Amino acid sequence: MSFNAFLFQALNGLSAASGLFFVAAGLSLIFGVTRIVNIAHGSLYMIGTYIAYSVATKVGGAVGFWGGIVLTALLVALIGAAIEILLLRRIYRAPELFQLLATFALVLVINDATLWIWGPEDLLGPRAPGLTGSIEVLGRRLPTYDIFLIFVGPFVLWMLHLALAKTRFGRLMRAATQDREMVGALGVNQAMLFTGVFALGALLAGLGGALQIAREPATLATDLIVIGDAFVVVVVGGMGSISGAYLAAVIIAEVKALCIGLGVVNFGGFTVNFSKLTLVAEFLVMAAVLIARPYGLLGREQVAVRSVAEPEEPLRPATPATKIAGLILLVVLVCLPLIAKSSPYTLVLGIDVLIAVLFATSLHFIMGPGGMHSFGHAAYFGLGAYGAALLVKWFAAPMGLALAAAPVLALVGALLFGWFAVRLSGVYLAMLTLAFAQIVWAAVFQWETLTGGSNGVLGIWPSAPFDTRGPFYFLTLALAALGVLLLRKFLFAPFGYAMRAGRDSPLRAEAIGLDVKRVHWLAFAIAGAVCGIAGGLFAFAKGSISPETIGVSRSIDGLVMVLLGGIQTLTGPIVGASVYAVLQDFMMRSTEYWRALLGGIILLLVLAFPSGIVGGFVKLISRRNTTSKAAS
Amino acid sequence: MMTARSLHSLAIAGTLAGALTLSFGHAARAQDTIKIGELNSYKTQTAFLDPYKKGWELAIEQINAKGGVLGKKLEVISRDDGSTPGDAVRVADELVTREGVNIIAGTFLSHIGLAVTEFAGKKKVFFLAAEPLTDKITWQNGNKYTFRLRATTYMQVAMLMPAAVAAKKKRWALVYPNFEYGQAAVATFKEMLKAQQPDVEFVTEQAPPLGKVDAGAVVQAIDDAKPDAIFNVLFGADFSKLVREGTTRGVFKDRTVVSLLSGEPEYLDPVKEEAPVGWIVTGYPWDKIKTPEYLAFLTAYQKKYNDYPRLGSIVGYVTMTSLAAGIAKAGSTDTDKLIAAFEGLKLDSPFGPFMYRASDHQATMGAYVGKIALEGGKGTMADFKYVDGATVLPSDAEVKKLRPVTE
Repeated sequence: MSFNAFLFQALNGLSAASGLFFVAAGLSLIFGVTRIVNIAHGSLYMIGTYIAYSVATKVGGAVGFWGGIVLTALLVALIGAAIEILLLRRIYRAPELFQLLATFALVLVINDATLWIWGPEDLLGPRAPGLTGSIEVLGRRLPTYDIFLIFVGPFVLWMLHLALAKTRFGRLMRAATQDREMVGALGVNQAMLFTGVFALGALLAGLGGALQIAREPATLATDLIVIGDAFVVVVVGGMGSISGAYLAAVIIAEVKALCIGLGVVNFGGFTVNFSKLTLVAEFLVMAAVLIARPYGLLGREQVAVRSVAEPEEPLRPATPATKIAGLILLVVLVCLPLIAKSSPYTLVLGIDVLIAVLFATSLHFIMGPGGMHSFGHAAYFGLGAYGAALLVKWFAAPMGLALAAAPVLALVGALLFGWFAVRLSGVYLAMLTLAFAQIVWAAVFQWETLTGGSNGVLGIWPSAPFDTRGPFYFLTLALAALGVLLLRKFLFAPFGYAMRAGRDSPLRAEAIGLDVKRVHWLAFAIAGAVCGIAGGLFAFAKGSISPETIGVSRSIDGLVMVLLGGIQTLTGPIVGASVYAVLQDFMMRSTEYWRALLGGIILLLVLAFPSGIVGGFVKLISRRNTTSKAAS
Repeated sequence: MMTARSLHSLAIAGTLAGALTLSFGHAARAQDTIKIGELNSYKTQTAFLDPYKKGWELAIEQINAKGGVLGKKLEVISRDDGSTPGDAVRVADELVTREGVNIIAGTFLSHIGLAVTEFAGKKKVFFLAAEPLTDKITWQNGNKYTFRLRATTYMQVAMLMPAAVAAKKKRWALVYPNFEYGQAAVATFKEMLKAQQPDVEFVTEQAPPLGKVDAGAVVQAIDDAKPDAIFNVLFGADFSKLVREGTTRGVFKDRTVVSLLSGEPEYLDPVKEEAPVGWIVTGYPWDKIKTPEYLAFLTAYQKKYNDYPRLGSIVGYVTMTSLAAGIAKAGSTDTDKLIAAFEGLKLDSPFGPFMYRASDHQATMGAYVGKIALEGGKGTMADFKYVDGATVLPSDAEVKKLRPVTE
C-alpha cells in the first residue's frame, strides 16, 4: 500500500464517516435527554432510504433527489414525533430500559410495514443529479458525491453545535441531559421537549438514510445493520456528545478503510487478510476505548438519573404458597410427556421454551438484582454451545462430559469479560458486554478450521439414553429447574443481598465493607456459567450450532424476555421467556406477516403492563389487597 | 387469602398451560392429500423467496389440476424458518411431529440448509434442499435422506471456468462475501484456475462482511492492486453497491470481470441501466430463452401473476415438480421408496431435462452462462448458453470419496 493509496483510503473513510455520524448523532441526542435506548433508530434510517427512493424516482430530476432528501428528513421527523407521542410517552414511568422493549417491537412492525409498502426487491436510487461524476485526486478517481458527503458531515455537526449552544431549545436539551427533573421543576414543558428531541433524532436518521440512496440500494436488512454501527459510534464517542459521535465515526470508518486498503499482507510466510477484520473492527475499537476511557472519547461520567419509575420492592423469599405453586408447575412439566403422546410437538417446543427460560433467568440474575444490563449475554450461551459441540467434534467426547464442559467454558469467558465489564456502569457496561459478545461471535465465525466458520458445527446429537425426545426433555427440565433454583438460592444467600446492596447503593455497601465490584464480578460469572448450560443443551437439542445462533439477535431476545416478564420480579424472566418463545412459534405458523403481529402484540403488552407481565399482575393484586383491607 | 407471591407463581403455571393448549388440540386430518412440509427464510431473503413461493404455488396448482399424484392432491404446508438454524430445526420438527409430514423441502442459506440436512439424516426424514449452494450438503455432510436441486457453488464456478481461462489474464483480484459461500467459491476458483493456468497470480482478496460492503474502499483497494481481471462473488445489495462505486471510479474499465450469479434477475434488475456490460456471469435471461418447455412455463407464470419470473420462481417450481415426479415414480410416500425413486430420477424442467444423481444426490439442473448486456435500459444476458450441470460435476467415483463413509 503506497502512501498515496493510504491517503486516498483515508478520504474514502471520511465520506463513510458522515453517513455513520447522522444516525449516531440522532441516537445520542435521544438517549442523552430521554434515556431511551432506541433500537428502532435503524428502522427510521431505513424508512428514510425508502421514502427518498420513492420521491427521487416518482418526481425525478434534481428536484426529486435533493428536494426528496429534505422532504424525507421532515417526514421521518414526523414519524419520530408520532412514535414519541403515541407510544413512548405512555411508558416513561416504567422501570429503566423498559422502553427498549417498545422500540424493539417497533423494529418488527416497521420492517414488515416496509415490506408491505415497497415490496421485497432491493431498490437502487438514482445517482445524485449534478454530482454523478468523479474527480482526479492523488492519481485516483474520487466520486464527487463522496466529496459532498465528506463536507456535509462536519457541516451538520456545526449546525447542531450552534443549535445546542445558541438556541433556547438547545439550552433546554443540554439542561435536560444534565438533570431533567430540575428542568421539569423549573417549569419547562417536558413532554414538548421530549417530543422535540425525538423528532430531531429521527430527522437526522431520515437525513442519513436519504443521503445514502445515491450510494446504496434501499433494502430490508438495513435497519439492523445500521443500528449496530450507530450504537458503537455513540458509545465510542461518549453518550450524548455530538462531537464525540463525529470523532468516533471518523475513527471507525478510517480503521475499516485501512483494513480494506491493507488487504492481504504477508508476514514472513504468515498471511493475514485484513479485509476480513472489517467484520469486527468497530467492536474491537469499542472494547479498547471503553477499557481505556470508560465514558467514551468525549463523554462525561453519567449523572445519576433520579428514576421516575416507582421504587422497586425488595425481594422476599418464597412463601409456602409460592413453593406449592412452583411444585405444582414442576409436576405438570414432569407429566408433560404423557400429554405429549398424542401431540409430540409439545415436547419439541417444551425443550426450546425451557432452554429460553434458563437463558432469560441467568440474564435476569445480573440485570435485575445485579443492576448490570448485559447486551451481550449471547456470548456465554455461545461459549457453552460451542464448548460442548467442539468437544464432541474434535475429541468425540461423550455427551455428559460435553455438557459439563459447557458451563465451564462459559464461566471462564464470563470471568474474563466480567472483570472489565463491572468496572463500568449503565449503558457503557451494556455496550462493553455487547462488544465482547461480538468479538466472541467474530472469532467463532472467522476461525474456520476450528469452528466450521459460518456453517458451524454439525452432528452434535445426544447419546443414549437421551437420544429420544422424552428423555432429552427430562434432562432439559432437570437442568433448567436446577439452574433456576440455584440462581434463586444465590439471591437469598448473603451473596445475593450483597449484590442488591451494591446495586442500590454502592457507596453504603462499600462503607459496610462489601467489595461491590468483586461481588458483581462473581455474579456475572455465575450468570455466565448457568447460561452456558442453556447453550450446551441447545447444541444437543438442535444437532448443530452455528454463529448466527449466538449473534446480537439472541442477546436482544434475552433482553426482550426479561423485560416482557418484568425485570423487578424473580418469576418475570420465566414467564417472559415462555410467553415470548411460544408466541413467536405460534405467530410464525399463523401468518406471513408474523413479525408485525408479534411486534404488535408486544406493543399491546408493553402498554397494558408497563412493568412487565408478572410485574403488572403483582401490582394489580397488591392494589386489590389494599382496597379490600381498607373496606374491611 | 392468597398472597401476591402465590398468585404470581400461578401466573406462570397459567402461561405454561396456555403454551400447552396452543401447541395442542390438533385433530388429525383425513389423509386424502399428500402433505409436503416446506420451510424457508421468507422474512430475510424476500427478494429471492417471494418469486420462489410463487413458483412452487404455480407448480402445485398445475399438478393438482391434473389430478395430483397417485390419485391424491398435493398439499404444501409452508413455514417461515425464522432465518436461524435453531429455529429452522424446530420448525422442521414441528412439520414432522405435528403436521405429520415425512417429506420436507426448502431452505435458502447454507448454514440453515446444513442444519436441516443434519436433522433429516438423524430423524430419517426425506429432505429436498431447494436453494442452498454449499457443496457440503451433498458432499462432506451429505446423507442418505437429503437431495439438492440448485446447482452448487462448485458447479457455478466450474461453469465460468472456461471463460476465465480463455480470458488469458495473469493478475486476478478476488472479491467475495465473508462467509462459507464466498470462501468456498473463491477456493474452488483459485484451485481450478491454477490447475489450468499455473502462472496465474492472485493479487488481492477482499472479503467484506455479507450485506456490509464498504464499496468505495473495496473497489479502490482492488484498483490499487492493478489486476488484469476480477472474480466477484458479491450478490444482492453488495453487488449493487460494488457496481455503482466501481463504475464511478472506473475500476472495471479494460478489465475482465467474471461474476457468480450476477445474471440472475434478482441481482441484476435492481441496478437497472447501470448493469455492468460485458461481465461474464452465470444467471437466467428470463426473456430470451426460447425452448418450448420454458415458454410453456413462462406463459403460465405470467398469466397467473402478471409479473415475470425470477430465478427463484424456477427453483420453487422445479422443487415441487421434482417431488411430484419422485412420489409418482416411487408409487408411495414411504421414505425409503422415495429415496430409491429419487436416485437417478429423470425429469423435465423449464431449463430442460435433468436428473438427480444417485451417487451424491445432486440434481444436474444447470444454469445459463453469458455476458451482461444492456437492452432498453435494462440489464440482460447476451451470448449465453445453457450449461448442463452434469458436464461440470465430478465423477461418481470422485464424489464418493467426498461423502461420509457411514452410509
